Amino acid sequence: MTFWAKPFFYLGDNCLYLLADLGRMGMFLFAALAGLFKRPFRGKEFLKQLHFIGAGSIVVVFFTALSSGMVLGLQGVYTLQKFGADGMLGSGVALTLIMELGPILTALMVAGRAGSAMCAEIGIMRISEQIDALECMAIDPFRYLITPKFLAAIISVPLLTAMFDVVGIYGGYLTGVKLMGVSSGSFFNGMMNSVSNHDIQLGLIKSFVFAFLLVWISTGRGYFVLQIRGAGFGAESVSKVTTQAVVLSSISVLIFDYLLTAVLL
Amino acid sequence: MVAETEKKSVKDYPEGADRGAESTPAVEFIDVVKYFGEWGQRHRVLHGVSYSVPRGKTTVIAGGSGQGKSVTLKLVLGLLKPDSGRILVDGQDVTRLGRKKLRNLRMKFGVLFQGAALFDSLSVFENIALPLRERTRLTEQEIEERIAATLETLELTGHEKKFPAQLSGGMQKRVGLARALQLDPEIVLFDEPTTGLDPVMTREIYDLFRRTQERLGYTAIIVSHDIPKVFDLADQIVLLNKGEVDVFTDVAQIKDSKKPYIREFAEMTLGDLFSADSKKG
Repeated sequence: MTFWAKPFFYLGDNCLYLLADLGRMGMFLFAALAGLFKRPFRGKEFLKQLHFIGAGSIVVVFFTALSSGMVLGLQGVYTLQKFGADGMLGSGVALTLIMELGPILTALMVAGRAGSAMCAEIGIMRISEQIDALECMAIDPFRYLITPKFLAAIISVPLLTAMFDVVGIYGGYLTGVKLMGVSSGSFFNGMMNSVSNHDIQLGLIKSFVFAFLLVWISTGRGYFVLQIRGAGFGAESVSKVTTQAVVLSSISVLIFDYLLTAVLL
Repeated sequence: MVAETEKKSVKDYPEGADRGAESTPAVEFIDVVKYFGEWGQRHRVLHGVSYSVPRGKTTVIAGGSGQGKSVTLKLVLGLLKPDSGRILVDGQDVTRLGRKKLRNLRMKFGVLFQGAALFDSLSVFENIALPLRERTRLTEQEIEERIAATLETLELTGHEKKFPAQLSGGMQKRVGLARALQLDPEIVLFDEPTTGLDPVMTREIYDLFRRTQERLGYTAIIVSHDIPKVFDLADQIVLLNKGEVDVFTDVAQIKDSKKPYIREFAEMTLGDLFSADSKKG
């Protein structure tokens, strides 16, 4: 290959790899979703995942929400007082949390905590031939392993987001009202007047989409650990792919946040 | 010599050709080619390989590391697809089966993986019970009774609540074997069944293999580096070297081979056995 041809070769090679990877992930998604409609329903595994992804993330989501709400309360008072509009604090805190910070930060926390664990678990099962063993026993690995994770994430992330919103608003109330002396009536009144059903629906739709993205990317990267270019082999490959899964999930969540806001606002 | 096999091409086996279940081999490789690696750096692991695995017999696949022995097992199971050629299991071409048919075909197999491939999060009992719970209508009590008998045979009684990480390598292999045999498979694939085991445990695994094969009458394909001991079990020996195969019915045929690499293999692996015969010759 000539010196000048090399860049074109690598460009074409990488494009082909990207297409193959997207194709693999697309087929993976199809198989995982198809598993939702096939029997037997794996209730025990689903509950286990619901506990791991949902209940297990409550603490980290709680503290993230409380901290975000308290900071929003403080900064909100600081900014709004400049315009004599501190009565708008409740409205500002609630809308920011419900439409933006709640879905985003919950998704990022779940991606970091549960997404990385799901990716590593499936990756290790792949490299230690446990997934091959399932296939050899004629057990569909999607229905057995992947689909319960999908279902559990899609249910638990919106619930965690709702909890984030409530705790965050309470955090804002604590700093804004109790600490900085904003009127309690104007805080809640402003919030109730400005937050509409549409705003809550936008937040919920976002949390569904983010849950879907993070579980798809995390489980998919783990499942294809042996086919991912540059991942290496053995334990190193699982470690690299887990990092990749968290980074990709986070970036996808941020990109889709903008797209959904632009389309649905 | 059987092999130095007569090569068959894909054309010799038209699709849907009538194959009586009893008269046909359990597994047939027809002109199988398999590459690995990415574009521009691909290397061929199997170069148009053709041979048959006789039904109810034991075929041992031997060869150096990286010669495609484990790949061969994954090809038989449809876990890997060949780049060309066909692989027939009971006359069905695994390279052309859809997901559902492939899953049904896999019900015929039991597999003992190199690292046992036990599920880390399940106990010994749950690992062995998994195929029974998933693939049969046995009640929980029947499953418990059946597993208790299996554990006793494999000298694993009392370990049923342990997890794989709490077991020694030999115990993991025995649990893997118990799991592989739960559904009374027609074909059992053994990937390095004795790697990492001490001589006593190796002999135990071989004894167990003999007993279970005698009882169940399955076709066995064993990939192993444990040469020459594993040859004692073999009705057929397949040697893989640089992507090509040579098939023998016994060790004597290997020793008589005129091919330089097979003579080298025999010298290195059959040791004194080979030297004594060579001197006589």
